[in-house]
Amino acid sequence: MGRTFVGMPPFPTAARTALADTRLRHNLAHATGTIRAKRATVVAEVEDWEDLRGQAAAVKDATLARLDEHLLTLEASLTARGATVHWARDAAEACAVVAEVARTHGVDEVVKVKSMATQEIGLNDALAAQGIAAWETDLAELIVQLGDDLPSHILVPAIHRGRAEVRDIFRTRMAAAGRPAPTDLTDDPAELAGAARLHLREKFLRARMAVSGANFAVAETGTLVVVESEGNGRMCLTLPEVLVSVVGLEKVVPTFADLDLFLRLLPRSSTGERMNPYTSTWSGVTPGDGPQEVHVVLLDNGRTRALADPVGRPTLRCIRCSACLNVCPVYERVGGHAYGSVYPGPIGAVLNPMLRGVGTDPVTDSLPYASTLCGACGDVCPVAIDLPGLLVHERIRVVDAHRADPRPKPEALAMRAAAWALGDARRMSLAERASGLAGRAWRGRGMPGGRRALSWLPFPGSRWTGARDLPVPPAESFRAWWRRTGRDEGTGR
Amino acid sequence: MRVAVMATCLGDAMFPEAPRATVRLLRRLGVEVEVPEAQTCCGQPMVNTGYLDEAVPLVRRTVEAFEGFDAVVVPSGSCAGSVRHQHRLVAERAGDPAVADGVARLVPRAHELSELLVDVLGVTDVGASFPHRVTYHPTCHSLRMLRVGDRPLRLLREVRGIDLVELPRADECCGFGGTFAVKNAEVSVAMGADKARHVRETGAEVLVAGDASCLMHVGGLLSRQRAGVRTMHLAEVLASTADDPAGRA
Amino acid sequence: MSARDDVLAAIRAALADRPDAPEVDRAYRTRDPLPPGADVVDLFAERVADYRATVTRCTAPELETAVAAALDGAPRVLVPDGLDLEVPGAVVDADLSATDLDALDAVVTRATLGIAETGTIVLTHGPGEGRRALTLVPDVHVCVVRADQVVPGVVDAVAALDPVRPQTWVSGPSATSDIELDRVEGVHGPRRLHVVLVDG
Repeated sequence: MGRTFVGMPPFPTAARTALADTRLRHNLAHATGTIRAKRATVVAEVEDWEDLRGQAAAVKDATLARLDEHLLTLEASLTARGATVHWARDAAEACAVVAEVARTHGVDEVVKVKSMATQEIGLNDALAAQGIAAWETDLAELIVQLGDDLPSHILVPAIHRGRAEVRDIFRTRMAAAGRPAPTDLTDDPAELAGAARLHLREKFLRARMAVSGANFAVAETGTLVVVESEGNGRMCLTLPEVLVSVVGLEKVVPTFADLDLFLRLLPRSSTGERMNPYTSTWSGVTPGDGPQEVHVVLLDNGRTRALADPVGRPTLRCIRCSACLNVCPVYERVGGHAYGSVYPGPIGAVLNPMLRGVGTDPVTDSLPYASTLCGACGDVCPVAIDLPGLLVHERIRVVDAHRADPRPKPEALAMRAAAWALGDARRMSLAERASGLAGRAWRGRGMPGGRRALSWLPFPGSRWTGARDLPVPPAESFRAWWRRTGRDEGTGR
Repeated sequence: MRVAVMATCLGDAMFPEAPRATVRLLRRLGVEVEVPEAQTCCGQPMVNTGYLDEAVPLVRRTVEAFEGFDAVVVPSGSCAGSVRHQHRLVAERAGDPAVADGVARLVPRAHELSELLVDVLGVTDVGASFPHRVTYHPTCHSLRMLRVGDRPLRLLREVRGIDLVELPRADECCGFGGTFAVKNAEVSVAMGADKARHVRETGAEVLVAGDASCLMHVGGLLSRQRAGVRTMHLAEVLASTADDPAGRA
Repeated sequence: MSARDDVLAAIRAALADRPDAPEVDRAYRTRDPLPPGADVVDLFAERVADYRATVTRCTAPELETAVAAALDGAPRVLVPDGLDLEVPGAVVDADLSATDLDALDAVVTRATLGIAETGTIVLTHGPGEGRRALTLVPDVHVCVVRADQVVPGVVDAVAALDPVRPQTWVSGPSATSDIELDRVEGVHGPRRLHVVLVDG
């Protein structure tokens, strides 16, 4: 049984722990800085990038608006081409389908293509519970799996690990899972990739069943698409006899022609390349080529809950590129684990509450607040999801879900009090006079420019003054100045 | 034209230099300035923390207070952004057509300071003088919510005597984020510390921005670090002249 | 109710507001994706090479020599049916197992098309290209692309391809950036990609 996100603390607590890890912060700053620069270069090559984003958003919105029809078309096309289609309401049902296929074929191991959907449903643990080993074959997923670790990024799940850590994991853990790492393995990334190649090749050649996700599922033709880099995906999609693909409901696009948007937007947003090394497409079973038994599991697991919110619905446009993670200043400093989900970063802060619902789990409720609303995420999203707007929308949903709580949170009481004090100019003026008087009594120390500063306040003010000075309130508020002199000053009145 | 100044609650109570400088600057440019005394707060802190109901009376008050002016100037990117991009949401929650109509009338008239100067008044040289080494932080809501672009820099470049130096990684958030600054204080401080480091690297005497809130955060860190860097609102620099340095009222 | 009925019912309930399906403006399909003045075939060669693949350009009569040179003396070379080329050390695919394929040194195929915008070759696994495993397991892939097969952009490629056939889009040798986002060429797929581009 691998580690899970279950039982992790809410974001602020988890973030504090992550911030204290200087090696983590170094790894993250280096990695996100690299990928941001690569993305910016290849996006600048595409002159009509903004238009492509808008049209991709329109394709997704149009598809979601008729999702039932497109899924039925997809089901019919897949069935006509020899695939078996399953539907799953939730994680447990999807895992059960995969396990049942494995049991039918008497296999005790499967090879896996990196897939967010199977991470989301906890497939590996579910299969392990049935005595079936699920081998991750993506390099980063392998690092996470061998290290008994958790993924911290959508595209690069081991982004929190540096090369020396990877070497140590390979040296100490590979042998227990199959072919051991070479004894003279260094921390050169090319050598580490070579060790993974040797370790996994025997699994690819032996495996009889593979599990994948899909980046896109074309309704009209029953075509599934997997976008990848290493060739591990091609190995899994090609060599085994049986292939099961777990596909979120929102992955459907109406026609093959629609891919001419997404195959331009995704690689440039995701890995910062003009095109990723390998994209595979298949439509059911191809006689004499690749798996001769093909299953597709259409997964809900909260997606219809997200669909039911007209404001939050565009979250389902997401194509899991992770550009929003790479530009997020909060993600850059704390990494993915603090979000307590396989979907971290800005998209995770919106998507998790959409999929799971709000008001019951403190971890989920803390996620929409894991942002300064700086808006960098919204600018890079290739399907133009208004992430900063949706972060606010999710905050509103969280607050509304707690309005009937028998004991309101201190924050709710403070907001009500602030709204009351600010609700009327006279009340605000009184409060300003009080703070001005208090300011006069406080000495503080000088700041450049002549204001005085407080360096210490009792809780909860200490949340500010722990690391930041706060200017002493001015003796005269703006409105008092306006009344006293500002109204007439320089106007000849 | 009659222009109303939206002081913002933070500007009114904590940083009166900014709205005061706005008044003096606009008067110098020959604009008839008014400060509606019924104004309090635009409701942004409540909306951004999720308290939409609590924002309703504030938005109602704001739209009432600013009825009838030719333009409303907001010396804050985030408050201008709140008016333009969030007030509709609050009006929807209020379910009151009067609020919705008021918002619809306010939105096209509300301008962040640099927008008012460049787009409405059509000036970039406001006749300011500020002989100091300055670096400018383009706050997130100015940059990505309002899309003010290089308007503030165009204004600053025309200031006499200014030594304007580029801030490294300028477009990255300072980490303030409203209630984020206390709800996730450690992350906020980590981001602010990086911003403060970039500011110090420029050797600037003064950090300028269009939002008092971000300046309060970065300035608080710089002060704690004894960095000797002063923070000033964009309005203060633009209001400053040789006869009236630093725009102090 | 079955899971299928339940999920479909949940979708219909979620869409009870009957949202409009926005129109998609396909004007992007008419725009040239290439930099002004770029030659389609030259740009293709350049962008394939950007992925650290090797590109050789030759004329039709030089093709077999160019392929032999690209193979660099590899002793056992897999060839698919319908390749229509003399290749030294050729082993014709006859239902070889994955393990058999793993024992071979290189594979030579043709392609269905090339994309200049991205430096991509697309295989659709018909005659001359072989089933998908052939171009996957051997460590060296020599791929012959005719200049007249190169299209300007991804839009053109998607329009030209038959979605029902399995496709493999190849942009350089297999690669990973999973360790510190440092790009390394050569993981599970062929570690060397050699594109022989036949002009004229």
